[in-house]
Amino acid sequence: MVVSAFRRPSDQFSNNVIPAPFSIQNFKDVFSGDNGFGRGLLNSLIVAGSVTILTLVIGMVAAYTLARLDFKGKNIVLAIIITTSMFPGISLVVPLLKLFVNIHWINTYQAMIVPSLSFALPLAVWNLTAFFRQMPQELEQAAMVDGCTPAQAFRKVIIPLAAPGVFTTAIITFIAAWNEFLIALSMTNKKSIQTANVIVSQFTGTTGRDQPFGSQMAAGVVVTIPLVIAVLLFQRRIVAGLTAGGVK
Amino acid sequence: MTVSAPVAERPVRKPKRQQRFDEGTGRLAAILLSPTLLVLAVVVLFPIIAALRESLFQSGQHLDANGFVVQGSQFVGLRNYTDIFKGDTGHRFWNAFYNTTFFTVVCVVLETVLGVAMALVMAKAFKGRGIVRASILVPWAIPTVISALLWKWVFQADGIFNAIIGTQVLWSTEGWQSKLSIVIADTWKTAPFIGLLVLAGLQTIPAEVYEAAKVDGANAWQTFLRITMPLVKPALLVAVLFRILDTLRIFDLPFVLVGAHKDSVETLSMLAFDEAANVRYGPAAAYATVLFVYVAVVAYLFVKILGADVIGEARAKKPGGGAKGKRRRDREAAPSIGAAAASNTGMGV
Repeated sequence: MVVSAFRRPSDQFSNNVIPAPFSIQNFKDVFSGDNGFGRGLLNSLIVAGSVTILTLVIGMVAAYTLARLDFKGKNIVLAIIITTSMFPGISLVVPLLKLFVNIHWINTYQAMIVPSLSFALPLAVWNLTAFFRQMPQELEQAAMVDGCTPAQAFRKVIIPLAAPGVFTTAIITFIAAWNEFLIALSMTNKKSIQTANVIVSQFTGTTGRDQPFGSQMAAGVVVTIPLVIAVLLFQRRIVAGLTAGGVK
Repeated sequence: MTVSAPVAERPVRKPKRQQRFDEGTGRLAAILLSPTLLVLAVVVLFPIIAALRESLFQSGQHLDANGFVVQGSQFVGLRNYTDIFKGDTGHRFWNAFYNTTFFTVVCVVLETVLGVAMALVMAKAFKGRGIVRASILVPWAIPTVISALLWKWVFQADGIFNAIIGTQVLWSTEGWQSKLSIVIADTWKTAPFIGLLVLAGLQTIPAEVYEAAKVDGANAWQTFLRITMPLVKPALLVAVLFRILDTLRIFDLPFVLVGAHKDSVETLSMLAFDEAANVRYGPAAAYATVLFVYVAVVAYLFVKILGADVIGEARAKKPGGGAKGKRRRDREAAPSIGAAAASNTGMGV
């Protein structure tokens, strides 16, 4: 299984077992023509990027609150946040789809970004809470002794120091948002706004009926490579992030 | 005091304790948490309620009793639900229900076994652990859609898989073989994930425990059964629960690998999506609600029976983090409802 993870992306360009005549034709096909793959990549980037940024901004405040402040019903809030990440996507998509049809949001970026927050936000809050908890509280106390307000302490001391954790969460959120399929598929029917995932899944061959595996695989590689690079570069961080969210 | 009740609470408590830096944080916390809760309310709570409402309506055009065309949504009560279970749609529903359950059970069992095995291997293999870890993360990071395409290509009639096992099975058509292809693809993608979480659990087990077992003369199997498994259980249960919930809503993989409208792989998510895509929001919402209830029931049972401590995790972590962090203050009054409720869910099982 591990072997196949490595082997397949490399030899998937041809339908033979071995990539006999190595060519970049598939890659050319992917970007040329009217399947709008380049546009799809851009759309994916816009959607996943916005989801990540929004999630971080909103989630960081919540996570910090949950990690530091002591207040009534904290466990309930935390439980609610975790539970929301478990709802099946489709039961959220159906009503949202109808709503978005009514307010003419179909084929807009926000129609894809907003529902994506439903799984991205709990994930981020959960992760970040774990990270913030690991930071010694003396840091803010020291800052506040030096005359910072809690908000300043958060902004000037905690955020810079939490950067690694925030960064990890950003990667995980981005990967999750980049991989999102159901929402992107439901909320769009125009090529120019679909994300790369949707476009790749709907590739048709140049001759119409054949399965364009060559270009699909090439497109798949293009979609995957940024993630794989990110994963390889930051694997230690990602593992830390995943396990912080999942177990500890 | 003339202030309203919720506000009154704080000033009353205040003088009892010494002034702390996070004094009076209730309101601050509420302010800081409100964006998150607001967003979740919009994207999770509202849809759930809307789905419940929607599932009682039928949209689109109908003919009323006198043959006139009725525009817009119509209240149909529970008809969408009863329609689900009978007739042709009933067959579709039970088939999808069976498929969803089948995938969940088979995939999660396989993934758990393989994942634990992987974790054990990884815990041993210190050399090149980075590479192993990376190769395990890669399938996880590949978008499901892409991995579905990958497997679709592997399972082509003239594809690698047939070449290797020397048969001519039409994998991604219909029948048991397409089910199997989904199971294989899903396992490939997510067993590593379980492995990773279990590995994290394994690493928290101190080596002394194993040494003690060795001294007591336990063999490898006994060590695994009596020491590794119980200690890794919390991590494993959480991982398995996440996987179960994930597989119950499986959509991308069968949708891309085999395709829509295939009896042998249609899942509840796909069914609901199909209805919604055809602007039959009522039935779609009904299907989605059924799935939602199914997921909730499974999650509840899992937590209750096996005691997966997902939420208690937060509570358990709290005192730990509190040592250097919060310092749980000694409230002379009763502990907050939240803490009490959470400790119930945590300890009850």
